[in-house]
Amino acid sequence: MTQKIKDRIGLPPVNAQKTNMTCHFCIVGCGYHTYKWPTGKEGGRKANQNALGIDFTQPVGSLQLSMTPAMTNTVKDKDGQSYNIMMIPDKKCVVNSGISSTRGGAMGSLMYNDTGASKERLKYPRFFTGDDWVDFDWKQAMAIYAGVTKRILDKDGADQIMFNAFDHGGAGGGFENTWGSGKYMFSALKTKMVRIHNRPAYNSECHATRDMGIGELNNSYEDSEVADTIMFIGMNCYETQTNYFLNHALLNLQGATKDKRKKWFPKESIEDSRFIFVDPRRTNTQAICEQTAKDRVLHLQIEPGTDTALFNGLLSYVIEQGWQNKKFIAQHTSGFDDALKANKMSLADCSKITGVSEADLKKAAEWAYKPKASGHAPRTAHMYEKGIIWGNDNYKIQSALVDLVLATQNVGRRGTGVCRLGGHQEGYARPPYPGPRPAPYIDQEIINGNGKMLTVWACNSVRTTLNAQQYQAKIIQRSNIVRDALIQSGGGLTTEQMVDVIYDAVSNKGGLFVTTIDLYPTTFAELGHMMLPAAHPGEMNLTSMNGERRMRLSEKFMDAPGIAKPDCLIAASAANALKDMYKAEGNAEMAKRFEGFDWDTEEDAFNDGFRKPDGIDSQGGGTGTLVTYERLRAMGNNGVQLPVKEFKDGKLIGTEMNYMDYKFSTDDGKAHFLPAPWTGLPEPVEKLRGKHKFWINNGRANHVWQTGYHDRYHAFRAERYPMAPIEMNPADAKNLGIESGDVVEVYNSYGSTSAMAYLEPDMKPGHTFMVFGYFKGNVGAVITDWTDQNVLPYYKGTWADIRKASSMADYKKTVSLKRRRYS
Amino acid sequence: MSKITRRKFLKSSSVAAAIPLMGSAGNALAKENSQLPDTGIILDYPETTVSNSSQLPVNKAISFNYPDNSSPCAVIRMGHAVPGGVGPDKDIVAYSILCNHMGCPLNYDSTTRTFKCACHFSMFDSEKAGQMVTGQATEDLPRILLSYDKASGDIKAVGVDGLIFGRQANVV
Repeated sequence: MTQKIKDRIGLPPVNAQKTNMTCHFCIVGCGYHTYKWPTGKEGGRKANQNALGIDFTQPVGSLQLSMTPAMTNTVKDKDGQSYNIMMIPDKKCVVNSGISSTRGGAMGSLMYNDTGASKERLKYPRFFTGDDWVDFDWKQAMAIYAGVTKRILDKDGADQIMFNAFDHGGAGGGFENTWGSGKYMFSALKTKMVRIHNRPAYNSECHATRDMGIGELNNSYEDSEVADTIMFIGMNCYETQTNYFLNHALLNLQGATKDKRKKWFPKESIEDSRFIFVDPRRTNTQAICEQTAKDRVLHLQIEPGTDTALFNGLLSYVIEQGWQNKKFIAQHTSGFDDALKANKMSLADCSKITGVSEADLKKAAEWAYKPKASGHAPRTAHMYEKGIIWGNDNYKIQSALVDLVLATQNVGRRGTGVCRLGGHQEGYARPPYPGPRPAPYIDQEIINGNGKMLTVWACNSVRTTLNAQQYQAKIIQRSNIVRDALIQSGGGLTTEQMVDVIYDAVSNKGGLFVTTIDLYPTTFAELGHMMLPAAHPGEMNLTSMNGERRMRLSEKFMDAPGIAKPDCLIAASAANALKDMYKAEGNAEMAKRFEGFDWDTEEDAFNDGFRKPDGIDSQGGGTGTLVTYERLRAMGNNGVQLPVKEFKDGKLIGTEMNYMDYKFSTDDGKAHFLPAPWTGLPEPVEKLRGKHKFWINNGRANHVWQTGYHDRYHAFRAERYPMAPIEMNPADAKNLGIESGDVVEVYNSYGSTSAMAYLEPDMKPGHTFMVFGYFKGNVGAVITDWTDQNVLPYYKGTWADIRKASSMADYKKTVSLKRRRYS
Repeated sequence: MSKITRRKFLKSSSVAAAIPLMGSAGNALAKENSQLPDTGIILDYPETTVSNSSQLPVNKAISFNYPDNSSPCAVIRMGHAVPGGVGPDKDIVAYSILCNHMGCPLNYDSTTRTFKCACHFSMFDSEKAGQMVTGQATEDLPRILLSYDKASGDIKAVGVDGLIFGRQANVV
């Protein structure tokens, strides 16, 4: 109703510029093409009159095209010329085959336009002068930012300079930007006091599987097309890895890939494939699969946090049945006996702990691990995401899962794999992290009054952390000390004097100087003192890889707003400013630390990092040297799957599946089993369970990307979810006088937040599910500060009480509150 | 079906400049009891009688084509006032029933009162102006703008809010 009437769109003329774009958002990285042409021109409807080559004189048939008003926009380059753009999915991209998701499909309209959804983008550096946010140029912004940095570095050391920083690909990431920021933080500043965008320390979400020798992205999406069975664990890929599901996994369940399976595995019996869902919640993905083939879908509806017990029970049962691969275990692994001893669990105990019947446990084991009629072991892919990553002891669950996978050799064979499905795309190339493992718990450092300056880089970590209310309260309190100092300092300060004031506040008064580097003035930015404007793909060239390690180049086609620039070049600005400051005072040794940032473009940063892999941590590995922008451009939206094997006949040749030679990523080349005994819930979580009525499960929803940094300005999404929805069992809600659309308070001893009630019959009594990281309603407020041994949070593990806070007639009138499960 | 629009005006406008020049042309179409906007871009829509308020059963999708025979639509009387509803009880709404994501036919589920797409599983709420409940479209379901004639009870389609799938413009 509130959308502007839009009943026609302009077609790109035949001579429109056409460039490649990988979707900015989820890890799947769908391929798109961007068309750009000057305003005042338009392509005709005949196929030979428009750049799409499609005949629009008659309506186009279904599934032939995805082209919507959200894919269009009008942008302006720095030369003042306006252009129309259209960003539509690429039918020849093997990732998505022309299908758009609700997130990627809106990329076009989210590109910067001073009257569009993205009009709030940061155009200039902004500084909080004491009473207002003022625009600065880069030189002045860096004089303050680098000035404060230098003062702290000289007087207090690098550990007082803290960061909350992205480590991923896609928008707010990419190999260029992880390298630029990483080189600045780790090589130049040499600080270890860094946390990652969605967790409170600098750690991997997949330490266990890596320690066992198996990188977490080890297969291709095509493997989900040819698997006999897929075990989906703690994920909801229809909503969050949409075109992995629609264009690959679902085709298998529908039988559309059966011929391919027969062709690939001619000696094996090929039955209709089966999907197993491990999740306390019946997700929409499962609901859709049940519509397709209910008798081939099994739900292991485990009690919260009992994944480890499930995998241990299945492993023990598999061994009892003799379904393990003894030869593989003997030749290519170590530690099996110890792990089995530690993990051993009877089916009866497993059933009691997980709440899953023994019959269903057996059925799952048979579907996934019992030899097929032809005698071959089934090809079972294990695809997991935040249910494990943010589950009850990340390290232990992952160990238990990979133990089961190794015992049954479900890795290194086509149609198998043990992979995270992922959130963002990937794109990691950084100097080695200079800190220990476990890394410092940065949020606690901030809460405890440590750290003198904090740079929040392409993330909104008050929205994506645990114990968030306490954390935010401390940020506000410490930031305000600096704000007060600026206010009390009076006017007429030189830059040097301003740095003095800030340094005094952070050094002697407990203050914290907060800078954010982002596309928008985020909720975190509004608490701080400086905002630095960044660019995203399309405004810069950017490389990333998706969940099957497929690397593509998203090409620049427009200018960033104002003087915003890529993160890698922002890092270079800071480094160069510091270098000049040290040079000016004759400190050659320190000046040298900040050398090596003489980059004019993002490609310079790419060539300095990804293409010089010696001694750095890069997802491109040693063969990153073979990759150039020019070669990637030629590979288009299909790109190349890392690691690159060779460059031959003008093409980059990549790797579809890892570990097919059974040489694992360990010192001895063997995969290592790890003991993972079931030990229950962590004590602080168990305590909460005893005190509060509702389990507050949390995660993502279809419409929403990340912290909603675009979505909060995008009417289609913001009107769908004016605040974070929380799914509740209808009987539970009734007992509390709550209806769908009511605002509810969710609270426990850690904090309190608000959400919009959304009644859902599939939710078990006592269970809820709240959208995580949303711009209004922050579930992190009620999440405990407990972490695993590597400082990974248990975001999924909290209990709280719920009360009705307000009835919202307007929400009920305008927001659909109907079931989100396809039926 | 009668034409009430500015065809001549369109013909005289260059294609290239069509969008900005047509900005206020919709004024000519504004009509009492019609949902046509009095501002904004609007095409050369026909006016088509789709039903009569006295003949519409509650919660049943009645098919019609609009703005031409290649565009299947459905009109539904909800039985209670809904956003965008017309008629004596403000409860009559109409939508394009080609999914605006990739053009698959939508099915009306009278139990949930949603339109559902079996291709990519998008669902649209007929009682909330076509809001996407979940799914892969990037806009809510295109709504057929209606007018209601109090005297006769006639419900007429007069325009479309949103781009119908497979078209560069709703009126081909």
